[in-house]
Amino acid sequence: MKKVLYRNQLSNFLGINLVAFMLFSVSLFSQTENADPVKGKQIFNQNCASCHSLDRKGTGPALRNVAARLEEEGLDSEWIYAWVKNSAGLIKSGDSYANKIYAEYNNTPMTAFPTLTNEDIDHILAYTSAVEDKPVIAEASGLEGGEVVSNGVSNEIILGALALVFGLLVAMLFMVNKTLRNIATANGVELEKENAEKRLPIWKAFVKNQFLVLVSVIFLLLTSAYFVYGYFMQVGVDQGYEPVQPIHFSHKIHAGDNKVDCKYCHSSARVSKTSGIPSLNVCMNCHKSIYEYKGNPEGPSKSDIENGYTNEFYTKEIKKLYAAVGWDEENQKYTGETKPVEWVRVHNLPDFVYFNHSQHVSVAGIECQTCHGPVEEMEVVSQHSPLTMGWCVNCHRETDVKVEGNAYYDKIHKELSKKYGVEKLTAAMQGGLECGKCHY
Amino acid sequence: MASNKKYWKNEAELNPNDSIVETLKQNEFVQEIPVEDFLGNKENLAASSTNRRDFLKYVGFSTAAATMAACEGPVVKSIPYVVQPDQIIPGVSNYYATTIADGFDFASVLVKTREGRPIKIENNTDAKVNGSANARVQASVLSLYDSKRLQGPIANGEPVEWSTLDATVKAKLLALKNTGKQIALLTQTYASPSTARLIAEFKEVYGNVNHITYDAISADAALNAFEARYGERALADYDFSKASLIVSIGADFLSDWQGGGYDSGYAAGRVPKKGKMSRHIQFESNMSLTGANADKRIPLTPSQQKVALARLYGKLNGVSVGGDLPENVSSAVDAAVKEIKKAGNSAVVVSGLDDENAQAVVLAINEILGSTAYDAKAPKYVRQGNIKSVAKLVADMKSGKVGAILMDGVNPVYTLSNGSEFADALGKVDLSVVFAQSKTETVAVSKFAAAAPNYLESWGDVEMKKGHYSLMQPTIKEIFDTRQFQSSLLVWMGSDKTYYDYIRETWSAGILGVSSWNAALHDGVFTLGTMPSEVIAVVDGEMVDEDVEVVMPIASAVRSLAAAKSEEMELTLYSKVGMGDGQQANNPWLQEFPDPITRVSWDNYVTVSKADAEKLGFVNENVANGGLDGSKANLTVNGITINNVPVIIQPGQAVGTVGLSLGYGRKEGMKVEMQTGVNAYALYQNGISEQSVSIEKASGMHEFACVQLHKTLMGRGDIIKETSLEIFNTKDHTEWNPVPKVSLNHNEVDAVSVDLWEEFDRSIGHHFNLSIDLNACTGCGACVIACHAENNVPVVGKDEVRKSRDMHWLRIDRYYSSEDTFEGDNIKKDEFDGLIGDKGSLSGFGELEDPSANPQVAFQPVMCQHCNHAPCETVCPVAATSHGRQGQNQMAYNRCVGTRYCANNCPYKVRRFNWFLYNNNDEFDYNMNNDLGKMVINPDVNVRSRGVMEKCSMCIQMTQKSILDAKRDGRTVKDSEFQTACSAACSSGAMVFGDINDKESEVAELKESNRMYHLLEHIGTKPNVFYHVKVRNTQES
Repeated sequence: MKKVLYRNQLSNFLGINLVAFMLFSVSLFSQTENADPVKGKQIFNQNCASCHSLDRKGTGPALRNVAARLEEEGLDSEWIYAWVKNSAGLIKSGDSYANKIYAEYNNTPMTAFPTLTNEDIDHILAYTSAVEDKPVIAEASGLEGGEVVSNGVSNEIILGALALVFGLLVAMLFMVNKTLRNIATANGVELEKENAEKRLPIWKAFVKNQFLVLVSVIFLLLTSAYFVYGYFMQVGVDQGYEPVQPIHFSHKIHAGDNKVDCKYCHSSARVSKTSGIPSLNVCMNCHKSIYEYKGNPEGPSKSDIENGYTNEFYTKEIKKLYAAVGWDEENQKYTGETKPVEWVRVHNLPDFVYFNHSQHVSVAGIECQTCHGPVEEMEVVSQHSPLTMGWCVNCHRETDVKVEGNAYYDKIHKELSKKYGVEKLTAAMQGGLECGKCHY
Repeated sequence: MASNKKYWKNEAELNPNDSIVETLKQNEFVQEIPVEDFLGNKENLAASSTNRRDFLKYVGFSTAAATMAACEGPVVKSIPYVVQPDQIIPGVSNYYATTIADGFDFASVLVKTREGRPIKIENNTDAKVNGSANARVQASVLSLYDSKRLQGPIANGEPVEWSTLDATVKAKLLALKNTGKQIALLTQTYASPSTARLIAEFKEVYGNVNHITYDAISADAALNAFEARYGERALADYDFSKASLIVSIGADFLSDWQGGGYDSGYAAGRVPKKGKMSRHIQFESNMSLTGANADKRIPLTPSQQKVALARLYGKLNGVSVGGDLPENVSSAVDAAVKEIKKAGNSAVVVSGLDDENAQAVVLAINEILGSTAYDAKAPKYVRQGNIKSVAKLVADMKSGKVGAILMDGVNPVYTLSNGSEFADALGKVDLSVVFAQSKTETVAVSKFAAAAPNYLESWGDVEMKKGHYSLMQPTIKEIFDTRQFQSSLLVWMGSDKTYYDYIRETWSAGILGVSSWNAALHDGVFTLGTMPSEVIAVVDGEMVDEDVEVVMPIASAVRSLAAAKSEEMELTLYSKVGMGDGQQANNPWLQEFPDPITRVSWDNYVTVSKADAEKLGFVNENVANGGLDGSKANLTVNGITINNVPVIIQPGQAVGTVGLSLGYGRKEGMKVEMQTGVNAYALYQNGISEQSVSIEKASGMHEFACVQLHKTLMGRGDIIKETSLEIFNTKDHTEWNPVPKVSLNHNEVDAVSVDLWEEFDRSIGHHFNLSIDLNACTGCGACVIACHAENNVPVVGKDEVRKSRDMHWLRIDRYYSSEDTFEGDNIKKDEFDGLIGDKGSLSGFGELEDPSANPQVAFQPVMCQHCNHAPCETVCPVAATSHGRQGQNQMAYNRCVGTRYCANNCPYKVRRFNWFLYNNNDEFDYNMNNDLGKMVINPDVNVRSRGVMEKCSMCIQMTQKSILDAKRDGRTVKDSEFQTACSAACSSGAMVFGDINDKESEVAELKESNRMYHLLEHIGTKPNVFYHVKVRNTQES
């Protein structure tokens, strides 16, 4: 933990230095003293990040050190204020640099932000002029990794030592026994000999006892029947099915770390029987600007590194998406050459079962996780539930129907609950166990 | 007593000394099997690398491997869109309003699409004209996925690029421009304002363009008559719901007469309301769907029909008209005249005779009557074909006056009676281009075949009736490399507009006014606000003198009608409800669709009256395997003969006439299984369906696939209950709709009051019921095909249908009366006394099996009755069929082991067994055997496998969806939301589906009606399907 603290200290120290450095280097950009890169980052992420990034051309230009660049062009902070607040106006006024940028970026004017104050813009500029803090992260993560590895070694040593002690104990016991026997022989104590000639061998006795044989045979048959039954019952049940997908899409990063709502991508689950695998244009809503993976806030875990889930790995997967959707990163344009992704379906219901997502998601308000498990923790999605009929039916027996605020249920619920004498109706009481509700 | 008969297989067996026979008796195999040789050869055996043990190892290993492989689940891939279209959500259906206008069928419809593919056609209830999809339109979605479709343009039999075709055609057209040779456009009827404008512009560009419209099944006579009277080539429209008396002379207006679409209006007037319903008198020769629904049907020959029409006109106007008529017809005409006079302007007269005089007389009669059902001011445009122009075109082509011919929507080589002559003439034309969806007969003889899209892939507009416009929009991207005729004309004119832009131009210039294009496209229909008022001066039953200039031609028309007579047998050609003009002949749903009258599928045939059949020696017989066999006949019209036409003996067929349906016998571009029937177009000379014919018996028997062998009700009046309007109005319902009685403790009690079982309380939640009104049901069969499409019902093929293994979940039973009326049957049965004698039941029941020469007909749709006390459920050993609290009898296919006990125990015989695997099976090469055809499958319904029982589910997938939609919106379900495929398809209002626990619902009201009864009520099954007693308006007023 100390190391982490040290990292923060280091970056703070660097940040302060930077601010000081910039304060002294100010010339045309008369930044106010309290231009705060931290605040700037916040504003940047809220307003600018969808089109701009620091180091890379997006819909708009890369913004690192934009102030310095503008300065080279001989433009002052008044120009940037005017541009941000109303770029179209500036272009119309015939400003040469404004028109140049406009032409360079496919004649798309920048969205006007009249609500941003000059101070806000200064904050943003401060953020764009801050120095990268990448190497620090790398260092920190390297150190953390080392620590974990050393832990693993010590476990092995402990286990080895235990094994050694156990071995010693066994050897000692054997020696004690031998010594005692020797003493006994020396003392003339007669050791009990096995009277083998009298007793029947145990297996012969067993064979002679027909009752025991019968019981054992029945027992064996029942046991094997149990296992055979168990085997047959799991045929076609693919619980834990975890296929390798053509693009390594991590639900953990999307739904877990970044808390993207399930139904943002699987939007048809609200209205359709299928939850829908999102079309690639949905991915591109975000991935137009998210072109690389920068790691989660805590850094990669041990298992991530073991599996090769490094930042570079994820960034490569994003490139696979670009190839599939035909996105030309360089020119920020679609090429029109698409290669649809062939995902491997994880949850497969047989064709003779009708299942409707919208009934469960929109009407019943069931969480996706109820059936799909903690997807937000899954690096690779696997089938959480058995998806057997017994599993469906059990849930229908136990789950109360969500009737509040739904005019459809008002009358039916009132009458049925009176009939069955219950407060709340389960899906089964509503007819949710009828064959024809799912099989037609 | 043992028989002394000796059976022999071969003549040689009769010779006791024949050595070969003797040898064969001893030896099972004629040639010795070399077992000894094989096993004796030690060397060979030793050299073989596979010994016995190895063999067993292989067998064991492969068995084990197969078993293990079966335990492993397959890897299922899921491929999402790259860019998902906004309006598509996987798993949710989208509906688009469009219009079918294939030259034969015109209807505004809704198309249900799933993930971008059309899977079902539904009625567009917003449409005021032709808003209902008949059986062929319902099935047209499968024609979209026809595996025999043209996949790209063809030049001289070889595939070409569109650009090559365009270049050639354009060069040729330009070269023709000033040569004086004509460019002919031979097309179907479009009734399209945009296409009309486009063709006019095309004429301007290329000058000598001759546009000829051709209908395979023509309404030329009616068009000519209307044109002569009103100056416009169109057809009068009729609103049968406004008529209290309908007199039809040979008009089959419930199927395809003059473009069809009249059944819903007709049915609306047939349901007794406040003691009134319309009366329908039909004079006809074939037993048609319309005749089967009539209150009074008079069978007569086509030439007698003409005389009768003339007589009718004469009597109405007090003019004496000559001509010979049999006594019964003559009195029927007199009675009809009396009734017309009484009904006044609420009477309407229609005729289907292909005779200009007859059509002119009919128009005159309706005008004199001032019939409110008759509308000549806003006529229909759904038929525009001109037979004379087509004949002239063929002559021009022969004489080399035609430089180029472009054809669209027509197949003249098949549909013209002189098709081969047309084909020869086509050879003399330098440039022949035909737009077709498959390799038709015309494609085979044309230089270029341009692959045309299905209507579900095209843009278009239609004006079916004056002022009533509909739009056609694509519901799927073109599946193949196709381009529609209109787009091609634009290309060949050098225009860079798309046909879509062109339609929008037409509409914004002349049709829409201030209305919104998007709204019109959304609704699929658009009606002009400023319509000419449809009120025609009411004449109140009084006859008025007509203007002299109109009277004169009518008088001569009447004279020539009255002179009609025929020495020979008379043939009336007709189109079947299932096949129409034959352009969808490669559609297995339609091939398997049983004809509503004969109940025969996969065939056309000549219908003969029983009297004529006896005279000519024709027989129909049921053979041991349950199939129907019929004799064959040769028909000759004006020297043209078609041989070996199967014969069906048709009750109600007028003596001296035969009927034969068009649309069959196509061969080109068809799967072998679909090449059924004979081509009757050869006899359709000059586009006139009434022809003189000579008929003779041919040798051999034909095997039919008929789904109903028993023709009569045998006096079982409780299956189809019916009564007359008079009794219905005057007597208590217990008399005309009695509840059957059963004996309980030696007392007669109502059957419904006795119950073996404890009743489950269904008063809470939904309780679905289906109401079927036998008065409104015309037997059109749209529901049968709708059910097919919705529920993935497989097609089994002719051989299987013949073995009664058809899979239709919904059938429409047709019954004939044995006496003149069903009432007569009932009386006859009640009066049986003893086994033998005059009134003996032994001979009596035998007689009841024979339908009358002119029987009454009744239709009854039967599907699973969803009995609350279902006999099938109690016998299932694995509980695969069980009952839901919403009233549906449910069938869990995955649980079914196929014992078929349930089918045996079902009193309604509605369960269907999958004898074979009907999908992915080359033995059943229909739509479910190829990827294209499988695109029509409804993803919400299972495709059943072999060995499984299936049946009507009361469209539980649809009711569940309505419930879910309501739950999601947090509201109760509205009454009209609950539908089944059949009730949604029923445009006549005969089928109404809904929740009877919703007391406001229509079905709850219908259940309380006095006319309500259950099928086989006395067995106590408590069905959730109920029927309404059929009321016939038999009283002559």
